[in-house]
Amino acid sequence: MSAPLAAPPAAWVDTEPGPVTLLRTALSRIATMCLVELQKLRHDRTELVTRAVQPALWLIIFGQVFTNIHAIPTGNTPYLDFLAPGILAQSALFIAIFYGIQIIWERDAGVLAKLLVTPTPRVALVAAKAFAAGVRAVAQAVVVLLLSVVLGVSFTANPLKLLGVIVALMLGSAFFCCLSITIAGLVLSRDRLMGIGQAITMPLFFASNALYPVALMPTWLQWVNHINPLSYEVEALRGLLIGTPARMGLCFGVLVVAAAAMITIASSLLPRLTR
Amino acid sequence: MTSPFDSSAPPAVRCTGLRQAFGDTVAVDGLDLEVRRGEVFGLLGPNGAGKTTTIRSITTLLPAPPGTVTVLGRDVARQKTQVRRLIGYVPQQLSADGTLTGRENVMLFARLFDLPRRSRKEQVESVLEAMDLVEAADRPVKTYSGGMVRRLELAQALVSAPQLLVLDEPTVGLDPVARDGVWDRIARTRAETGMTVLVTTHAMQEADEHCERIALMHRGRVRALGTPEELKGAIGPDTTLDDVFRHHTGDTLDSDKGGIRDVRAARRTAGRLG
Repeated sequence: MSAPLAAPPAAWVDTEPGPVTLLRTALSRIATMCLVELQKLRHDRTELVTRAVQPALWLIIFGQVFTNIHAIPTGNTPYLDFLAPGILAQSALFIAIFYGIQIIWERDAGVLAKLLVTPTPRVALVAAKAFAAGVRAVAQAVVVLLLSVVLGVSFTANPLKLLGVIVALMLGSAFFCCLSITIAGLVLSRDRLMGIGQAITMPLFFASNALYPVALMPTWLQWVNHINPLSYEVEALRGLLIGTPARMGLCFGVLVVAAAAMITIASSLLPRLTR
Repeated sequence: MTSPFDSSAPPAVRCTGLRQAFGDTVAVDGLDLEVRRGEVFGLLGPNGAGKTTTIRSITTLLPAPPGTVTVLGRDVARQKTQVRRLIGYVPQQLSADGTLTGRENVMLFARLFDLPRRSRKEQVESVLEAMDLVEAADRPVKTYSGGMVRRLELAQALVSAPQLLVLDEPTVGLDPVARDGVWDRIARTRAETGMTVLVTTHAMQEADEHCERIALMHRGRVRALGTPEELKGAIGPDTTLDDVFRHHTGDTLDSDKGGIRDVRAARRTAGRLG
């Protein structure tokens, strides 16, 4: 060995960290784990393309057909324009909801245990996953948006609004990613998680305003819609991208609170996976 | 900081009456164990003996009641973060990230242990060199052989200069050459740093060759403790550690207690090592 291994500063090991240190550590760890997620994405870019196939089909087939038959009244907005932001949110949901499976895979591979034995707050590990889900969602959104433009949808070019789109996608993905990790922490097995993941994604999608205006829903479905974060995500995206009326404050408020709450819950359940 | 060889200093690991149960299954049943500073200590036993549960308690993965487990004098229940800073851990499964390069894998752990930015790169290079991985450092880990992945995991665990290195079945599934390579590097690092090594294994011959003291666990308790020579001598002349093992575990390789999850995990690891 050329250089001897240096010991870490002794001060580290003699006190349990206080709240300020803990917060600083958490932020630095979130940055570290996010960097790793970006490195992983860089090494495997094919996934970004293959994942774009499904939303593309929704837009090209479902979108075009329903635009032609005028089955869903969307006022002055062409149906394809109305649909595109919904498909953005849906594709983000489909990516995020299977992050729990990744966590279980990491549990089985020993990766999770190894990370949990480092001085890293659990919330940093979970927040990094939430961030990674958001990055994937945004990358896919670029593909979906470009495709929509080709299909004739006209979007805003306002950079501030596009920034808002990114934020909304990141927050929505964070919520569903952590929902998935929470379920993983409860059911602890891949098979059960797969089942539950599949059982909840479609209802979340259909009980939202992604495909049709809320006014068309039966009353009970409107109630479900009100507590479905996906609807707030879609409302914000639609408002930002195509300028439909949207309660921006409410939408972003709901998304921030929902994401923060879910990150907290998922973090508290994470250690269950390695016991 | 006290010297690792100071006899008045607290031991590397001390378990006092540790008990861990999962429902009705008692995995660890009143375990008393002391690992001295600077030694290579082997935890042996059949599947389901409670080795992994013990390791999980020591590494803070499984909550232990206050006062039952200490690492270098720190209570794992009350001083988790401090304990984690002192430990380097290599789980049984192949846990390096296959999509990242070797260097990225080690750099991640340098960051997770807050190595100062100035010395981080140097430290990462130093452990990569010590594990003979400099040439392969920029290749994705999925192209590594089983022995290389294990050495990379050692590099990850060693980059923070831990005072206690915890290895769970470090050589399972490795061919004899790779196995020697792993042990050789553990021994060299220990000679340089004086760190304590706690290792679980099924491989009696390896334990005999590389461990200074051994605890033989069975059904959640320590059944025998001592140097390999002491343990063999207590059974009779010309005995091997295999005989010691059979003597204390009653010859039954407990078909009912192994747990399909353990077996599956071990097979998967062996399978991935090819």
